[in-house]
Amino acid sequence: MDWQALSLSLQLATLTALVLLPFALWLGRWLAFGRVRGKSVLEALVLLPLVLPPTVLGFCLLLAFSPKSALGGVIASALGGPLVFSFAGILVASLIANIPFAVQPIARAFEGIPENVREAAYVSGLSPWETFKKIELPLAWPGIFTALALVFVHTLGEFGVVLMMGGNIPGATRTLSIAIYDSVQGLRTSDAALMSAAVVAIALVTIASVLAVSRRRNLFSVSNRL
Amino acid sequence: MSAGALQVRLQQLGPIPLDIAFDCAPGETVALVGPSGSGKTTTLKAIAGLLNPKHGRITIGGGVWFDREAGIALSPQARRTGFVFQDYALFPHLSVRDNVAIAVGHVAKEARRAAASAVLDRVGIAALGDRRPPNLSGGERQRVGIARALARDPDVLLLDEPFSAVDRPTRLRLKAEVRDIAAATGIPIVLVTHDIDDALVLARRLVVIDRGTSIARGTIIELSEVADARVREILALAT
Repeated sequence: MDWQALSLSLQLATLTALVLLPFALWLGRWLAFGRVRGKSVLEALVLLPLVLPPTVLGFCLLLAFSPKSALGGVIASALGGPLVFSFAGILVASLIANIPFAVQPIARAFEGIPENVREAAYVSGLSPWETFKKIELPLAWPGIFTALALVFVHTLGEFGVVLMMGGNIPGATRTLSIAIYDSVQGLRTSDAALMSAAVVAIALVTIASVLAVSRRRNLFSVSNRL
Repeated sequence: MSAGALQVRLQQLGPIPLDIAFDCAPGETVALVGPSGSGKTTTLKAIAGLLNPKHGRITIGGGVWFDREAGIALSPQARRTGFVFQDYALFPHLSVRDNVAIAVGHVAKEARRAAASAVLDRVGIAALGDRRPPNLSGGERQRVGIARALARDPDVLLLDEPFSAVDRPTRLRLKAEVRDIAAATGIPIVLVTHDIDDALVLARRLVVIDRGTSIARGTIIELSEVADARVREILALAT
C-alpha cells in the first residue's frame, strides 16, 4: 500500500471539493435563476470536461499551463516555478475536470426551489443574502452534498488528467490511481489490489451517503404544493 | 396597524401587456376578477415589488412605492406587503413558528418568537407551531400563509387565489376567517380570484381584468348594469 499516494489523493480530493464549492454555488445558482442570453453556451462549457477524454483535457491543460505558454509563463514567474508537474498543478487540473460534477447537482438543486418560495422570502422582508442563507442553502443542501461527494470520489479515481498535468512524482503528484497503475506495471499486483480495494471502499461509502441524503423526503413534492 | 389608501396604476406594452388602474381604501377589500392569464397575479406582484412595470405609480397613503417617471421603485423588502400565495409558498424546512418568525424582522430580535406566537394564536394555529409544512393539511398551510403575511404588520394585504387549493368546507371556514381579519386589520386588501363567490363574500368592489387591462370596476350591482359584452362574459364565467 502506497500510504503517501493515498494521503495525497485524499488531500487532493478534499481541497478540490472545498475550493470548487463557492464557485459551484455561485455558478449553479446563476444557471438556475439567471435570465440571460447565452446560458446554454455556458452550460455546454460546464459540461465539456465530462465528455472530453481525460487525456485530451490533461493535454490541453498541460499546453496551457506549460512555462512556454503565455499563461503558464506568467503563473510560473508569479509562483516562482511552473504549475505543471506540481501538486498545485494537479489541483488546478482537478478543479477544471470536476466543474460539471460540482455545478450540475447544485444547479439542479437551486432549480428545484419554486420561484414563489424566494418571492415569499423577499416580501417577508428577507434581503437576497438572508434569503440565500436561510431559505435557499438549506433547501439546496442535498444537491450541495451530492456535488461535494461526487467531486471527492471522482477526484480519487482521476487518472488521465492528473497524469498528463502532474506526471508521476512521489509525494507531489503521484495519486492513488497512478500508484495503482504503477504497481500493475511493476507486477506488484497485491499492492494494486489493496489500493484498488481502498478506492472501492471509499467510493462505496461516499455514494451510499449521497443516496441516503437524496432519499430524504423531497420537500417540494406535489403534496406539499397542493 | 395604520395605513392609507392603495392607489395602483400600471402600464406596459410587454412582455406582459398591462393597463391596470384601481384604488383600495383602508379597511376595504377589492377583488380582481378575470380569466387565467389575464394579469391578476402580475398585478399583485407589481404591488409587492416583485416585478416593476415599464410605466405606472403605486402609492399607499402618502408614501410612494413605485413611480417609474420619478425613478422610485422600492424593493419588496421595503414595501411592507402581506402576500398570501396561491400554493402557499411556505418554507418547508422550517417549523410553522419559524415560517412566521421570518416575517417579523421589523420587531426587536428578542421579541420575534413571541410576536410569531401571537400571530399564530390570532389565526388559530398556535398548536401547530412546532410542525413543518409538509405535515399540514391544505387548510392549515393556508392559515400559516395568512399568519406569515399578517406577521409582516403589512400596509396592504395581497391574497392570490387563497382558497383555490383547499376543499369546500375548509374554503368556507377560511373565507369567514379572512373576512374577520379584513375587518380587524383596517388595511387595504386586494384579493385575486377567478371565483365570483369568493369576490362577493369578501369584497364590496370588483375590478374586472382581461388581457392585462382593467376593463370595468364597481360593485356587482354596478357591474351587472355594464353593457360591455366581455365584462358580462367574464362575470358569467366566474359564477
